[in-house]
Amino acid sequence: MKTYDFAIVGGGLVGSAIAYGLAKAGHRVSLLDEGDVAYRASRGNFGLVWVQGKGLEIPCYSHWSMSSASLWPSLTDELLELTGVATQHQAPGGVHLCYSRKEMELRQADLASLVKATGGQFDFTMLDHQQLREMIPEIGESVTGASWSRWDGHANPLYLLRALHAGFLRCGGTFLPGSRVHRVHQSGGSFVIERDEERVHAARVVLAAGLGNRRLATQVGLHAPLIPNRGEILVTERMRPLLNLPTTYLRQTGEGSILMGDSHEDVGFDEGTETPVLSSIAQRAVRALPALANTRVVRTWGALRVMTPDGYPLYQASLTHPGAFVACCHSGVTLAAAHAKRLAPWIAGDTLPSEIAPFTAERFDVQTVTPA
Amino acid sequence: MFKRLPLPDTSAQKSVMVYFDGQQVTARDGDTIAAALLAAGVEACRTTPVSGAPRGPYCMMGVCFECLVEVDGVPNVQGCQILVKDGMQIRSQHGARRLG
Amino acid sequence: MTTHDLVILGSGPAGMAAAATAVTHGIKPVVVDEQPAPGGQIYRSIESTPVKERRILGEDYWQGKALIDGLGDPRIDYRPGTTLWQLTRRLEVGLLRGEQASMIRARHVILAHGAMERPFPIPGWTLPGVMTAGSGQILLKSAGLAPSAPVVLAGCGPLLLLLAVQYLRAGIPIAALLDTTSTGHYRDALRLLPGALRSAGTLFKGVGLLAELRRAGVRHVRHVTALEAQGDERLERIRWQCGDGAEWHYLSTPLLLLHQGVVPNTQVTRALDCTHDWDERQLAWHPRTDPWLATDVEGVAVAGDAGGIVGAKASAIQGRLAGLGAAMALGRAGEEQTRKEVKRLRRDLARETAIRPFLDVLYRPAAHWRLPEDDTLVCRCEEVTAGELRRMADQGCRGPNQTKSFTRCGMGPCQGRMCGLTVSELLADANGQSVAETGYYRLRPPFKPITLGQLATAAEDASR
Repeated sequence: MKTYDFAIVGGGLVGSAIAYGLAKAGHRVSLLDEGDVAYRASRGNFGLVWVQGKGLEIPCYSHWSMSSASLWPSLTDELLELTGVATQHQAPGGVHLCYSRKEMELRQADLASLVKATGGQFDFTMLDHQQLREMIPEIGESVTGASWSRWDGHANPLYLLRALHAGFLRCGGTFLPGSRVHRVHQSGGSFVIERDEERVHAARVVLAAGLGNRRLATQVGLHAPLIPNRGEILVTERMRPLLNLPTTYLRQTGEGSILMGDSHEDVGFDEGTETPVLSSIAQRAVRALPALANTRVVRTWGALRVMTPDGYPLYQASLTHPGAFVACCHSGVTLAAAHAKRLAPWIAGDTLPSEIAPFTAERFDVQTVTPA
Repeated sequence: MFKRLPLPDTSAQKSVMVYFDGQQVTARDGDTIAAALLAAGVEACRTTPVSGAPRGPYCMMGVCFECLVEVDGVPNVQGCQILVKDGMQIRSQHGARRLG
Repeated sequence: MTTHDLVILGSGPAGMAAAATAVTHGIKPVVVDEQPAPGGQIYRSIESTPVKERRILGEDYWQGKALIDGLGDPRIDYRPGTTLWQLTRRLEVGLLRGEQASMIRARHVILAHGAMERPFPIPGWTLPGVMTAGSGQILLKSAGLAPSAPVVLAGCGPLLLLLAVQYLRAGIPIAALLDTTSTGHYRDALRLLPGALRSAGTLFKGVGLLAELRRAGVRHVRHVTALEAQGDERLERIRWQCGDGAEWHYLSTPLLLLHQGVVPNTQVTRALDCTHDWDERQLAWHPRTDPWLATDVEGVAVAGDAGGIVGAKASAIQGRLAGLGAAMALGRAGEEQTRKEVKRLRRDLARETAIRPFLDVLYRPAAHWRLPEDDTLVCRCEEVTAGELRRMADQGCRGPNQTKSFTRCGMGPCQGRMCGLTVSELLADANGQSVAETGYYRLRPPFKPITLGQLATAAEDASR
């Protein structure tokens, strides 16, 4: 019977980044994934590597995001070298568009408080319409201005996932796609992960199954009160370059398509799209860049974000089942570098990165499950 | 590649003048853009945004999106689905579309 | 948003027959069709074709006239040149006509949008000058266009033979007919001949086409096992192999028309998340339907080739059945009232479709025509090769959605229509799993591209 050092449940961006980090460090790792069709937030992602505005309530989250943004260039370089797959990561800074003086003032105040809370590590600049136009010549007249931060950027989330999978395999990892995990339990000092076709044995297990963690976490004394939150995205035909930096809900991909999002809908597990929602996304995009009005939408999709009650990540080691971990968040792209390079070492036994100390389930004001 | 069949009563069919990349092309009323271009000896109507390879009409029934052309300033129009109109300005496409 | 009792997608034989049947039960259907004129692909341009000499296109073509006349009924709201870009499970129907986008609501929907030609991925199939037999026939019917130099037809199936004969009758020379029908399939099909004799008419017509080709002395090359299109910027020559022979045969030609059967166009039924089954005999996906041709999405039926290839005549019969189904669903007809007619329609349908097993077996494309070699492009839009897909399978991609994410295969303007079947079969083969397990692309609207501006108008419609 083969026992892995680690079994990672979930082959999305969170699980793959952790699995890659562990495999690269020389551990024997298996990565368990579902089949072709599953709730895959990683395949419906917008692709921002984003810092500005994050962590207003918990500044640790801003530090964690900045740490990841800083590690991104080295992640993308090593993945390219290892796998030949380019993540298309670029960090030209990003803008959040504002449509009124009032909005500008509120934005400025929010971000200023974030600068203070991070001890000056985060920084930003407010741009007036003219300054913004120098960056984005096609910007609409109704855009008052924007906040710009050098910390922001974007990447192709699909190529990131592909590169993480390829890198994981290149580092000797075992990828086990095919079906959903039904049950995780401890037996004789190691974990047994059960699914349709097999049982996988591992000394330690990381639950990175997105919304599936709700079900699995309780089996190893953890708690993951996650809620699906739908985001719909539209993508246009390929265009010549016209938008050279990302905005919060509009970006141009390496292939030239314009991607636009992002709705926040509480619709349970419905991954569909709704015409009025798509339309309002389209209207907002045209307001930002009026010249887009006659570009064609070629695809749309809905995807389910993995949301905790407060929107911040959840990272936790089980007290009752030592060796079991849960990891989930909805910023799998931004945090990919931190997950591979800082979270994975913690799971392997290093000290906990201080920024993520607050991100345990206790903050949701419920008791973690105690063993029977 | 294609020619008009000599038909007994072609007089019933009106001629329509369109332009392809600025050159005048005589089409027949009722032709789709793609049919008119094929009749005029046009083989490739675009190059792909991926490799720049030349492409021409393939399925003629709206499925393959190979016959994309710019029509009166609007890029990425399916040439096999739109009928010619007098004076129509049709342009070949090269790579990804421009704004506008 | 206006509400209509019945919206029918497509004005081919199934759609036209469905509309005519619905009208007799007091329903005023909306018939939406992307083409500028009715008839679908089979009866395309019947009212306007420059090919007036009846024997060229053949009597089966001209028989479509009766159905098209039926569409002229003033109670039918026929909307040509109108594209369906959206259909929701709540039966909201998004339409595009010219530059105008709109939304209407339906109480019942019949999808009768027909078939498309099976992808035929060979080396060089993206070169200008390589087209499909269907496109050759559409050009002939709609514009009186025929090859200007001797043409090569390659593949298998009734449409290929029919086109060859139509060209012959029009005096168009055929350089070669490269027949890819597998040797063993003649024997296998022969066993199904007794059943096929129930549709003896169709069978004899097929035999007649072959005889006509033989009499004309067309170079009919049988048992072709490999085919490539070659040229720099356009097709210049083709080469092929026969049987087990390693010898390549060459022929210069400016035009190669490919065909290996037709398959349902499942773009809309997929986007609706209807349940689909893999039909191993027809090597295609079918939306699952009940005896009334209703899918498992409430209020949506599929008639004609869109639900599984049955041919033009059977499509019209299915259209009538679906029209009756709509009348019953809308409370315009009772089971008693329609029982006799339904019984007759089902009997006719059984007779018309009796030949299908024979044709499906005889013209089943061999595996190597469906699973191309590594260097061949599978996705024409994003230019993804079979080899790249196989490498993805080696890395753990189990299905088309993961390979779509990782390689963009299926993400281009055609939205996977031209590669979908190949990808499902190729990944099934590479992973050693069934096609049913492998699955198909998950599709979402728009079915055809729509501008951001049009999308904005559509929503105003939807909120009214």
